[in-house]
Amino acid sequence: MGISRDAVLKGFSAGGYIIDAQMATAVALMDSLQRPLLLEGDAGVGKTEVAKSLSKMLDCDLIRLQCYEGLDAHSAVYEWNYQRQLLAIKVRENDDLSAAEKEQHIFDRDFLLERPLLQSISQDQRPVLLIDEIDRADEEFEAYLMEVLSDYQISVPELGTIRAKTVPLVILTSNGTRELSDALRRRCLYHYVDYPDEAKELRIVNARLPEIDQILAGQIVRFVQALRKEDLRKTPGIAETLDWAAALVGIGVSHLEGEAEAVHETLLCLLKTREDQEQMPIEVVERLLGKVA
Amino acid sequence: MTGLTATPFLDASGEPSFVRQMNGFVGLLRENGFVVGIREQLDAMDVLRVMKWSDQRQLRAAWRTLLCTRLADWQGFDDLFDAWWLRLGLKSRARISGMSNRASKRKTLQDLGDNGGQWKVDHVEQDDGEGQASDSPNRSEGASVSESLEAMDMRHVHDPEQLEKAGLIAEKLARKMVHRLARRDRATRRGHRLDLRKVIRRSSGSGGMPMRLFYRRRAPKPLRLVMLMDASGSMNQYGAFFLRFMRGALDNFRQADAFVFHTRLVHIGEVMRERNTEKAIERLSLMTTGWSGGTRIGESLKNFNRHYAKRTVHGRTVVMILSDGYDTSPPEMLNTELARLKKRAKRLVWLNPMMAWTGYEPTAKGMEAALPHIDLLAPAHNLDSLAALEPYLARL
Repeated sequence: MGISRDAVLKGFSAGGYIIDAQMATAVALMDSLQRPLLLEGDAGVGKTEVAKSLSKMLDCDLIRLQCYEGLDAHSAVYEWNYQRQLLAIKVRENDDLSAAEKEQHIFDRDFLLERPLLQSISQDQRPVLLIDEIDRADEEFEAYLMEVLSDYQISVPELGTIRAKTVPLVILTSNGTRELSDALRRRCLYHYVDYPDEAKELRIVNARLPEIDQILAGQIVRFVQALRKEDLRKTPGIAETLDWAAALVGIGVSHLEGEAEAVHETLLCLLKTREDQEQMPIEVVERLLGKVA
Repeated sequence: MTGLTATPFLDASGEPSFVRQMNGFVGLLRENGFVVGIREQLDAMDVLRVMKWSDQRQLRAAWRTLLCTRLADWQGFDDLFDAWWLRLGLKSRARISGMSNRASKRKTLQDLGDNGGQWKVDHVEQDDGEGQASDSPNRSEGASVSESLEAMDMRHVHDPEQLEKAGLIAEKLARKMVHRLARRDRATRRGHRLDLRKVIRRSSGSGGMPMRLFYRRRAPKPLRLVMLMDASGSMNQYGAFFLRFMRGALDNFRQADAFVFHTRLVHIGEVMRERNTEKAIERLSLMTTGWSGGTRIGESLKNFNRHYAKRTVHGRTVVMILSDGYDTSPPEMLNTELARLKKRAKRLVWLNPMMAWTGYEPTAKGMEAALPHIDLLAPAHNLDSLAALEPYLARL
């Protein structure tokens, strides 16, 4: 079952995710070449959303593995349920079973806790596997992940090798806190997710907040676009734009002009560090508003 | 959109001429720092089965996502695509040698020394940078080049080939440090949470009764290294050498960042990670106009403390300053700024290449002001002195 580029374009739009042709091609290739897709870009540009939208479009499960420093195979692949194993050993202590039989019992699949990676290859229906912020995991884990992603099989010493029932659609995201290995990069399709341009962001706002006033939406988007050009510690992403738009609608602002105060007060939706907020006193807000409203 | 259909191998998706063209294109990409394997090339050609050659937009999008591996590739792909397939010519993209890109690191490095004769390249790969069997014409002493290089003051190394070697070793050294540090992390993993997996495994000896308990602890946060390099005139002779060391550390430390200062502070961490050689050099030279002039260490540190320290320096950070301590800003300033930095960092290491000069005493005013705040003042004039740092870092 191939996913065509046009199907992706249509499916994502129906799900409320505004996708460009380049990204749609990448998603389609991911299916036809059976390669993982690596998405890079700043926080808040909608990398994770791609996986969510894809699973929505295909109506399949989304399995998410959040990476962090120190993530190891036990929390990513599988773990034996030790508590149950200990109990089982105790319960059967006085049974007349041989040691081998007892062992077989406690190393049954019932005692295996499936973590995201194992889970994703043992589904009947092909899931979307989201490996979020792979750059936060250690190099060792990255190498292990490579192995899983190229063979789609996992070996559990006590059980043997578990082969993939279905090959998941894998999306990896990275914020670039650490340089990823060339091997992993080569294996993956690549897409750099940038901040959207004005037209695209406007479409996103409209898709997510269908009731919003058109003039207000335009002003909001232009303001955020202007704000991104300022020298900020943390550039606001799309999620921030949407939050801010919702906040403005919520407090009943219908146009931005003359509302510098309301804008300034709601800037906390957009600016998430103290330095950035200090850098945006009401005068600067007025100047920016003058440009966009 | 029109150029593609005009190319001579329009309908030949499997024909030798097309394969040759494709090889050329992939070669061009590799030269520009792309990491493209054979599988990727085959897949790229495979894409043509489902896409029409004439639908350039879609093909370009597909190849872009398939053949790019990082942001720099992503941004440069269109130009290269146009250059090769639409014959628009390579404007300024032809690669130049100098600092290396990963795809052909050794080759480029060697190119600097001697316009890249092929046998030389092979030679270097064989001896793997150790310099065990170097028979280069420039070598006259009896010990191997690397042995002598390691003890040699970098000030006296002028031969480009030897400089390259030293650079390679400096990079390797940085890499080795990382490995040692990483191993230490795991060896100390013992502590708060029960490691049930191990408890059960080891309980088989006592008939399944968990007699001995094993613990695990989260690995300590990895050490972060922030390097500040003095690029003033007085440090000129060491600049290239330290840059190489910094590059090695940046590539291999899990968390590292680099800055250069002279009369002002420049953040070069991002640029040094840039794989596209030409871009890296271009950006580096843009950012560093005014190099090799006077030094304002105090002011640069003030700038660092105000704008970068919060983000880059935490409790597991070693701040490494590479400077001779000749400062034109007031010493009091350096004093206060170092005190500030010291509060934030785990260790302050000052590497001063002049310490090895016979008769040198840290009497430069800047150095005097700095001494009370630094944890380690060490020489850094040759490879051996850099290597001596590693045990110190490993103890932290």
